Amino acid sequence: MSPDSTATVRPNYDVMAIREDFPILAREVFGKPLVYLDTGASAQKPRQVIRAMTEVMEETYSNVHRGVHFLSQACTDRFEAARETVARFINAREADEIVWTRGATEALNLVAATWGRTNVGPGDRIVISTLEHHSNIVPWQLLRDETGAELAVIPVDDAGEVDLDAYAGLLDGRTKLVSVTHVSNSIGTVLPIRQMARMAHDKGALFMVDGCQAAPHMAVDVQELDVDFYCFSGHKTYGPTGIGALWGRKALLDAMPPYQGGGEMIAHVTFEKSTFKDAPHKFEAGTPAIVEAVGLGAALDYIEAVGRDAILAHETDVAEYARERLAAVPGVRIVGHARERGAIVSFTMAQAHPHDIGTIIDRAGVAVRAGHHCAFPVMERFDVGATARASFGLYNMKSEVDRLVEALDEVAEIFGR
Amino acid sequence: MNELRELYQEVILDHGRSPRNFRRIENADGEAKGDNPLCGDRVHVYVKLDGTGGLDDVAFQGRGCAITTASASMMTELLKGRSEAEARRLFDVFHAVCTDEAFDPLDVPEEFEDEADRLQVMAGVRQFPMRVKCATLPWHTFAAALDGKQTATTE
Repeated sequence: MSPDSTATVRPNYDVMAIREDFPILAREVFGKPLVYLDTGASAQKPRQVIRAMTEVMEETYSNVHRGVHFLSQACTDRFEAARETVARFINAREADEIVWTRGATEALNLVAATWGRTNVGPGDRIVISTLEHHSNIVPWQLLRDETGAELAVIPVDDAGEVDLDAYAGLLDGRTKLVSVTHVSNSIGTVLPIRQMARMAHDKGALFMVDGCQAAPHMAVDVQELDVDFYCFSGHKTYGPTGIGALWGRKALLDAMPPYQGGGEMIAHVTFEKSTFKDAPHKFEAGTPAIVEAVGLGAALDYIEAVGRDAILAHETDVAEYARERLAAVPGVRIVGHARERGAIVSFTMAQAHPHDIGTIIDRAGVAVRAGHHCAFPVMERFDVGATARASFGLYNMKSEVDRLVEALDEVAEIFGR
Repeated sequence: MNELRELYQEVILDHGRSPRNFRRIENADGEAKGDNPLCGDRVHVYVKLDGTGGLDDVAFQGRGCAITTASASMMTELLKGRSEAEARRLFDVFHAVCTDEAFDPLDVPEEFEDEADRLQVMAGVRQFPMRVKCATLPWHTFAAALDGKQTATTE
């Protein structure tokens, strides 16, 4: 997703029609039309998702994989159809490779707790990057502390790109797993996943990807990327909260022990011993987030209907316009200049702290995230305590970038130019 | 925009830009680190006692937004020379100024009458619930330093 990317904006990308699908975009904040530039934290929901969730509750709802009655079968069909939608969305080989989780955080914890505890021991190494969200740091620290493994971090350069030479140096026979983000949530860097996965595999390590900031914005093909685990969250993908997906190669999932114990995941239980269902069900203890899974399926259908290449081209256009306009504002420093970058622009202003920026532009109806973006190490690396972050979705427009820049003028009005 | 002007008064901008007592105290009698996990703001407050139950010196270091920095800066000025007991009562008043809609910031207890102007400056945060913690973090950290705790958090 570089500025010179070959993707071009389709002339028929009808952003106004898309905006009509998102009821919340019609509202005002402090008397101003909402400018929502915080999709990286959570995306807004289209009617199609809201309708699908309402519909399943009004017409088809029941517990899944349980009863013999009509509704149980109907609801199970919808629930499992959503799993197939996820599989298609990332080009998994089969739907049984998709595990429902509460979100990407739980997916990462699941792999650390099951695959990790089984396969990682003292002296082994897990590799992550400087760009990780806390959710792709802390589960591995817990695993490290439990197993005596080592946690190594790939450095990034001043532009915010991972140092591939340093990465190569961290790969040897002891390296068991590399787990990195596809797109940095804090500064927008797109990592060269395919190349990094090949390097890991050459040394016998597995490769996991946190795809939260990629899945909503670009085509993702887990077979083409040739990775071993991939995860993303529902709510950042225009779907509901409380649902996410983990994809893993079937052979890996089959070999992993269960995550949590309970109903739904067992084949047979006696007080002496229980046996478990096959993947993915053995990882899904308890009644799952049925309505949310259906909602996520609807969200992914929506993204596909708009077209993922079209979304990428449109968002790139808007985000690059934002970089250009923000760079021209006196005092603004953009953090992160990777050649390949997503629809995220992180910045600071010399005169004002990001929280003060966030508060002031909020009164102009402009919503951005201000803070550390759950990525303290990135803030340390670029020597900023916090940044303001504008993150774009398929419904944003260049005119909203103009509103952001206008609102920053009010910051300068208060804090000086 | 009026609420913004009330929040970002000139005196707050001034303390935010040029914080007073922004330094470390060597051999402090109490010190604590405060952080706001929500946004990553951090302050380190140092307290030097005078041996007779009074605060000889209060200073801070750290990095944060204009509200946190100004609040910490003004706090050090308000506290220096007071007794510990007075300082704790002043914290209660400050807390009410920042959070209690029913509290008239100009109607402070008699013993703090002279500070009424300086206290009411922060009343603007009441209109910004997400920012109240920025204003109170330095004071919580100060209280932690007095109590011999090493850390304070707004959560």
